[in-house]
Amino acid sequence: MGELRTTVEVRKAAELAEAEDIESTSRFTLKKAFALMHRQPLGTAGLFIVLFMILMAIFANYISPYNPVENDFMSMGAAPNGEHWFGTDQFGRDLLTRIIYGARTALFVGFSSAFIGATIGLVLGVTSAYFGGYFDLLFQRVMDIFMAFPLIIMALAVVTALGPGTVNVIIAITIPFVSRCARVVRSSALAIREIPYVDAARALGFGHNRIVLRHMVPNVMAPYLIMITSFLGQAILLEASLSYLGLGVQEPTPAWGLMLQGGAEEYAESAPWIAIFPGLAISLAVFGFNLFGDALRDVLDPKLRSR
Amino acid sequence: MSAKIKRQMLFIFCGGGKILDSLLEIDNLRTQFFTSGGTVMAVDGVSYDVQEGETVAVVGESGCGKSVTALSIMRLIPDPPGKTVGGRIRFMGKDLLSLDDESMRQIRGRNIAMVFQEPMTSLNPVLTIGRQISETLETHLGISEEEQQKRAEELLDMVGIADGKRRLKQYPHHLSGGMRQRVMIALALACEPKLIIADEPTTALDVTIQAQILELMKDLTHRLGVALIVITHNLGVVARYANKVNVMYAGKIVEKGTAHQVYYNPRHPYTLGLLSSVPRMDQARGQKLVPIFGQPPDLTRLGVECAFRPRCRFAIDRCSREIPPLENFADGQQAACWRMHEIDDLKKETL
Repeated sequence: MGELRTTVEVRKAAELAEAEDIESTSRFTLKKAFALMHRQPLGTAGLFIVLFMILMAIFANYISPYNPVENDFMSMGAAPNGEHWFGTDQFGRDLLTRIIYGARTALFVGFSSAFIGATIGLVLGVTSAYFGGYFDLLFQRVMDIFMAFPLIIMALAVVTALGPGTVNVIIAITIPFVSRCARVVRSSALAIREIPYVDAARALGFGHNRIVLRHMVPNVMAPYLIMITSFLGQAILLEASLSYLGLGVQEPTPAWGLMLQGGAEEYAESAPWIAIFPGLAISLAVFGFNLFGDALRDVLDPKLRSR
Repeated sequence: MSAKIKRQMLFIFCGGGKILDSLLEIDNLRTQFFTSGGTVMAVDGVSYDVQEGETVAVVGESGCGKSVTALSIMRLIPDPPGKTVGGRIRFMGKDLLSLDDESMRQIRGRNIAMVFQEPMTSLNPVLTIGRQISETLETHLGISEEEQQKRAEELLDMVGIADGKRRLKQYPHHLSGGMRQRVMIALALACEPKLIIADEPTTALDVTIQAQILELMKDLTHRLGVALIVITHNLGVVARYANKVNVMYAGKIVEKGTAHQVYYNPRHPYTLGLLSSVPRMDQARGQKLVPIFGQPPDLTRLGVECAFRPRCRFAIDRCSREIPPLENFADGQQAACWRMHEIDDLKKETL
């Protein structure tokens, strides 16, 4: 009897130790964060670029030296100097200030369109996979139609129909993202659909909405997050392209694409900084988001790497 | 109305005596899958009853339609390609096949619950154990959060999981296979259903854990008066835990009876084959195990012969011309074989 009790006690103790171990492994510590950064140096660089941009956008009114829309006719097209680090444009507006404020536009358009597009795509993709059958077939063909248009053409078409403006640019960028995200999420959700817990949830009498939103959606978070980060870079680039083409954000709102358009071509030889600095800002932002997105993909879903 | 009287009269004539509505009555159920390779007759005219509080075993090898029968009861057959094309399923006086989706949803989990084969994948990995249990309680009983928490702890205690409070906060990957199956049983019992369908509940578990889980299910169903349909291919489970047994082969029930009848006095060559292919404690040591040769038939190409004929040691000409119907052998025992009365002699000859 005594022996039996001790074995039971030993087992209990082992179970408790195991449980504590489990709890400590699932906690996120600073040490682990550093280890992760060490393994993903490029991703960390991307993260810092992204964080830097976000801080720049939030504190734009504190850190920028000038008013972004104020013309200074005394120093039009000034080359970079002590007063204007990045120089001024043809209207005498400080380029550094406009780039800092431009981060606001870029991030606002980027985040909202990537988030809205990916989220709608997420729900549609999971729903499509969950119901399957003819619904899935029809839905995927509709998505195919959207996918048939290159990203920029689709966005151009939408913005032409709706007219320029910040909100319309967001809508124009969101629509092509929906189909792309839905496609990727659906493929993951199809695999989830086959795992017995979905049928188990149905056997417990849960409704379709609950199963899709609470049981399946959380299980496809990895591809969803990866899609969002990869969309962010694309969205910034798209916004810049649309603004450059005059279909996006309108003057005098500071936006990187718009700054390229303004007088950049005319002054390309006499004042190249007008084009160079916003161009650099766009490249750096897209670069940062892509690095971060790639690292996130490697960490969250190593299987996707080869695609 | 007249159908009901007829049924009651049948009860009396068949010697049942009791005029009782069964908890579940499956009558001539037919479920088919329409595939590019042809129509698969997964369940072809299956009938059986389950009384309140009773344990019924459904045995047979893989692909014989056991699980499809269970899923048909729950109306969870994926459509397309599957469809229940005929028959009736009456549960607590309701015709399940003609219910609308919403009423059916309310029966699932509330009145009929299911325990699946794979405890490793039947729980959602991103939700805590507690969340999954309380979600079920919330959906069907609509009780407050504190009550849900209390009931969830009670349920874990009932299925033998100690330290419920902490366990409720854990995720499925923190638990072992046996524990997860206990959680699945707790989930099934959450709303005090009338019937639990367990689809090979122990197949994926260690042998030592299997016995624990089965004992637990037997104990709980007994104590709570829940009827249980156990789908299994383990005859040991049948002998030990079931009141009644249905043996299925190629989408049909080939033999049914009490566990004792089927185990000690099998009438169908297939049942006999199953029994002689596993070692038994009640037989002399050194006895040879006799396998059933061949493969189960292609369910898209069932002809007018007995589906078991190609594998049957006792097949005669008649078997290839006519499908034997399920006929009474003894009180409560039925078999579908032309030679069910001769089987004892045949058994001696071949051994």
